[in-house]
Amino acid sequence: MKKIEAIIRKTKFEEVKKGLHNIGIDYLSFWDVRGVGKSVEERVYRGVIYDTSSIERTLISFIVRDKYVDNCIVSIRENAFTGEIGDGRIFVYNVEDAYRIRTGDSGDRSLYDEE
Amino acid sequence: MEETLTLNTLQAAVTETGHSIDIVWVLIATALVMFMQPGFAMAEAGFTRSKNTANILMKNLVDFAVGSIAFFLIGYALMFGTDIGGLIGKLPFMEDIRPDIDLSFLMFQTVFAATAATIVSGAVAERTEFKAYILFSIVTTAIVYPISGHWIWGGGWLSDLGFHDFAGSTVVHSVGAWMGLVGAAIIGPRIGKYNGKVNAIPGHNLTFAALGVFILWFGWFGFNAGSQLAANGTANTVAISHIFLTTNLSGAAGTLAALVISWIRYKRPTLSLSLNGSLAGLVAITAGCDIVSPESAIIIGLIAGTALVFGVEFIDKVLRIDDPVGAVTVHGINGALGTILVGFFAKEGGVFYGGGFSLLGVQVLGVVAVAAWALGTAFIIFKVLKVTVGLRVSARIEEEGLDIYEHGEKAYH
Repeated sequence: MKKIEAIIRKTKFEEVKKGLHNIGIDYLSFWDVRGVGKSVEERVYRGVIYDTSSIERTLISFIVRDKYVDNCIVSIRENAFTGEIGDGRIFVYNVEDAYRIRTGDSGDRSLYDEE
Repeated sequence: MEETLTLNTLQAAVTETGHSIDIVWVLIATALVMFMQPGFAMAEAGFTRSKNTANILMKNLVDFAVGSIAFFLIGYALMFGTDIGGLIGKLPFMEDIRPDIDLSFLMFQTVFAATAATIVSGAVAERTEFKAYILFSIVTTAIVYPISGHWIWGGGWLSDLGFHDFAGSTVVHSVGAWMGLVGAAIIGPRIGKYNGKVNAIPGHNLTFAALGVFILWFGWFGFNAGSQLAANGTANTVAISHIFLTTNLSGAAGTLAALVISWIRYKRPTLSLSLNGSLAGLVAITAGCDIVSPESAIIIGLIAGTALVFGVEFIDKVLRIDDPVGAVTVHGINGALGTILVGFFAKEGGVFYGGGFSLLGVQVLGVVAVAAWALGTAFIIFKVLKVTVGLRVSARIEEEGLDIYEHGEKAYH
């Protein structure tokens, strides 16, 4: 099992979600996050020009069986891509184990319904 | 027994009807001006941070409540009682009241007094001790505002000189703003506003700010046109309509001037300053809305909107006085400017209409005298409050927000 996390543009969330759905990833968590970085946006408020220090992105996170990882990465890259600086990152982590609370199923079996 | 209809009774009935129309108009205008209170509340809440929203709403609510009672008990008499030496009116006032006219007039003047007080809350927002603000509101509406008001509207020395401030650019707006200026300077800037450089502290909700400005604009029709105090007969309806027109044109021109100037200076059209521009135009036309032409009203609005952008910058970046909502520029600088511009644009007596410089001189004198009065008294009041109840909340409270620490409740959950 792998955990896949991706930081993507907020505007790309719907496309990424749809893309993952198309390859069978129906469950994922997401947060609106703010980060700091080199790219800042200039704003004006009541005559004072200032830089926003925070950059707004969406963080998505989900766990998949190993065999899906490559497809997921391809899909996210496709759908989150604009070509401009700031498209984001994808991180892949090993997951030691997982349990489904209701049934007690563990490992890969906890991730999908009985087929 | 039924009275016979004669020309005399008929004339009496017509007169009485006209009188009723006047009073109804004054009361409608009173309600419109009262509605400026939520306008101020929304504008100030929008231009400040969400952690202080309950506090700023509370101040706007309380200064109206406190001001209404203080003005009824003391202020009205000082302002409109029988004149003593051109400086103040005589207490008590009840004996002088004519029940028919004066109660509607009292109500109309009450909502004006409350407007002057509420301007201050914006200038000192986000850091001022609530107790101190209540005490300040009482003294302002009971004493400070009525005395300078008496000079101009109550038969005092400035009105004798021919000073013209039709609806209160100076009487109401400048007085509030100059007091706010002193308050903001003595209380000091919000934490983080000036640390080596000038920082922006964006307000939390421009939707509220915009709504507030629209409400104020709406209420301004009562503020200016209501000051005619009469609506019966052609002369009055023409005057009121004229005032509606000049008021609206100046507000519109103020908006556009602030929009264009800020667009040029900051490379984009900024809403936060354009909203202030609307108010700047409205404040500036208030003094002369009855005696300037519609074309002049546009010019006055354009001047006001321009002055607004530079005024905000000057107070923020040069004087480094932290006025979160721009109250000092909107009401003070533009109140003074609008009053002085009457000396140029008045169709009778204005410099541009061949009237010479005497009216202009009186206008300048009035602006300076009222500014000196408001700045001086505010200095004393704020200094006294500082050593007695304290003016400023602690740094910890300011950082966490006045809502939780001062009031124990938040505006948002």
